[in-house]
Parts: sequence; C-alpha cells; structure tokens
Amino acid sequence: MTEEASGNSEPRTLTFISRRSPYGEDYPRACLDMVMAAAVFDQTVNYVFMDDGVYQLLNGQQPARIHAKDLSAHFGALSLYGVENVFADHQSLLERGLENAALAMPVDVVDNARLQQLINHSDQVFLL
Amino acid sequence: MNITVVIHTAPWSHQASATALRFCEAALQAGHGIYRLFFYYDGVHNTSTLAVPAQDELDIPAAWRALIEQHGIDTVSCVSSALKRGILNDQEARRYEREASNLAATAELSGLGQLIEATAHSDRVVNFGA
Amino acid sequence: MSALHVVNKPQSRSQTLRSCLRLLQPGDALLLIEDGVYACADTGENRLLWQNLPADVSCHVLQPDLDARGITLPLTAFALVEDAGFVDLVCRHDKTLSWF
Repeated sequence: MTEEASGNSEPRTLTFISRRSPYGEDYPRACLDMVMAAAVFDQTVNYVFMDDGVYQLLNGQQPARIHAKDLSAHFGALSLYGVENVFADHQSLLERGLENAALAMPVDVVDNARLQQLINHSDQVFLL
Repeated sequence: MNITVVIHTAPWSHQASATALRFCEAALQAGHGIYRLFFYYDGVHNTSTLAVPAQDELDIPAAWRALIEQHGIDTVSCVSSALKRGILNDQEARRYEREASNLAATAELSGLGQLIEATAHSDRVVNFGA
Repeated sequence: MSALHVVNKPQSRSQTLRSCLRLLQPGDALLLIEDGVYACADTGENRLLWQNLPADVSCHVLQPDLDARGITLPLTAFALVEDAGFVDLVCRHDKTLSWF
C-alpha cells in the first residue's frame, strides 16, 4: 500500500484539538504526529491546544528527568512543515493560570466563538 | 456513505473498540461502506492474533478479523504505534530481529498517510477512544 | 452545516463533557455513549448540567449503554437510539467530533 495521498482530491481542512497534558501519557505526541502527517500530505491544518493540552505549551520543560522525549522540541518544526495555524484556547489558559505565561511557541489565543468557527470551517475534527 | 473508523484503544481495557465494532456492523447493515479501518495508538492491539480472552468474553480481535474478511474492509494498523507495542508482521519481525510476528493477516502495517488519505476520501470519519 | 458531538465520559470523570458543551452550536447534535450515559441519569446535578444547552441542539443517548449500566430513567430530553441510530446521526451531520 503506498503512502501517497491520491493526487485527485482537494486538500481538506483538518482541525486537531489536543486536550491532554504531556508526559503523563503519550497521546499528545500521537496528536502531533497526526498534525505532521496531515501537513506532509498537503492538507490545511489547524492545531489547537485546549483543556490540559495547553500545558504542552509551557516553557522550560525538562522531560529528560523522567526519561521522556521533549514534546515541545518538535514545535519548532511545525512551521517548516507548513503548520502555521496554531491556536490555544483562552479559557483553558485562564483556568490554569497561564494567560500571561511565556509559551514554548507563538500561538493565536482564541475564544470560544473562534473555536466554533474553526470547527465550522473544518472538513474533519480530531480530538486527542 | 463511505465512513472511515479510527480506533484508539486496546480491546477490553476500554469499551471503545467494542463500541466501534458494533458501529461498523450497524453501518454495514444499513448499506454504508467502511472506507478504511485505521487502528492507531493502543488500538493496534485489536490487530494482534495472540490475544487469548476468557471463554465467556467477546473475542474482539477475532470479531474484527471476521468482520474485515466478510466485508473486505481495507484495514490499517499504524506502523509506528504497532512497532512500539510489539505488533509486528513477518517483515518487521525480521527487520528488528524479534522472535515472532503476530499481526493479523486482515490488517496491513502502514503510516498515518493512510489515515489522511482516508480522511480526504471518506464522507465521514468517526473516532473511538478513551 | 452541523456537527455530531459524541461524549463517552460523565462530567464526574473529567472536563470532557464541560468542554464539549461550550463548543456546541445550534443545529448540532449530542450523543452520549459508554460511560457518558451517566450524564443523562435523572439527578439534580445532571438537570443543572443540561439547563443551559444552546437552542436547537438535539440530545441523544445510546440505549445499549444505558441498559448495560442499569439506567432505566434517563432525562426525557434525551432521545434513545440504538446502534443504527448512532450511524444515522453520523450520516445526518456533516462531521463527527468524538470527545474522549
């Protein structure tokens, strides 16, 4: 089975909403892998951090201390892959006292209405 | 409709894979097509041939194999998820010098590109996880 | 354009249901499955949970999951569906958002 996406289809708009904190489980990494795959296959990608997912954006992570790979180290590659639309949910940041925190990468902080708009303009939405 | 179904969790540990199985059965019964079954993350355990459930429990991996065979469903077990969890086909078992292979013949190891392709070509995508 | 939101956890377990609720839009549908069905059991707390739903959001609950858990009297706002009804909801709405 080939890895190539069919050349005949229009690119879809895919939104990935990452809702879990890093390192406690591998799921945030699984979400990032999906985002990268979608970008590699030329889809239009929205990457959203919501709920505990905003913890992935914290600066100064030292996962080597728990024998884990640094998730935030991959964020730098996102724009190289063409993933420019990166968002963080404002309410999630606020609930966790992170609304003024320095984040590991630049993100668009968005409100509920904007998130709803993203969902409306997406062909598919994945929540991981 | 052509529906792609993505399964994220292992059989029995979470209800999701059993729910997904029932969903697929109902969809096929209603005359819809399953464009692709994509097992991701812990979902790859559904494609192992080595699970031995209790006699009075539904053998979920076997039920998937039967459904896939009966309807000729294109089925992918995500290769990176599978390798990490010890779900290997013969080729990967040889490549990584592991003692045995255990991937069901009804599934193929492939990458996330297959999920993206399915997403681009399906009318609906439904995820089952926990 | 509408979405089907499928939730499989009760609010006691995580933020999942609460986050889903704030992204619901008029015309959307909500389906409770698996452990999510506990959220439509007839309790005071659950009644509070649902009182601020946006207008025109249809609520559904997967009957096999209610039966499995012995919940006999779900809130009447929830339409009972079988597996075929789940499939039907997926097809009727443009996309499915699975919250888990």
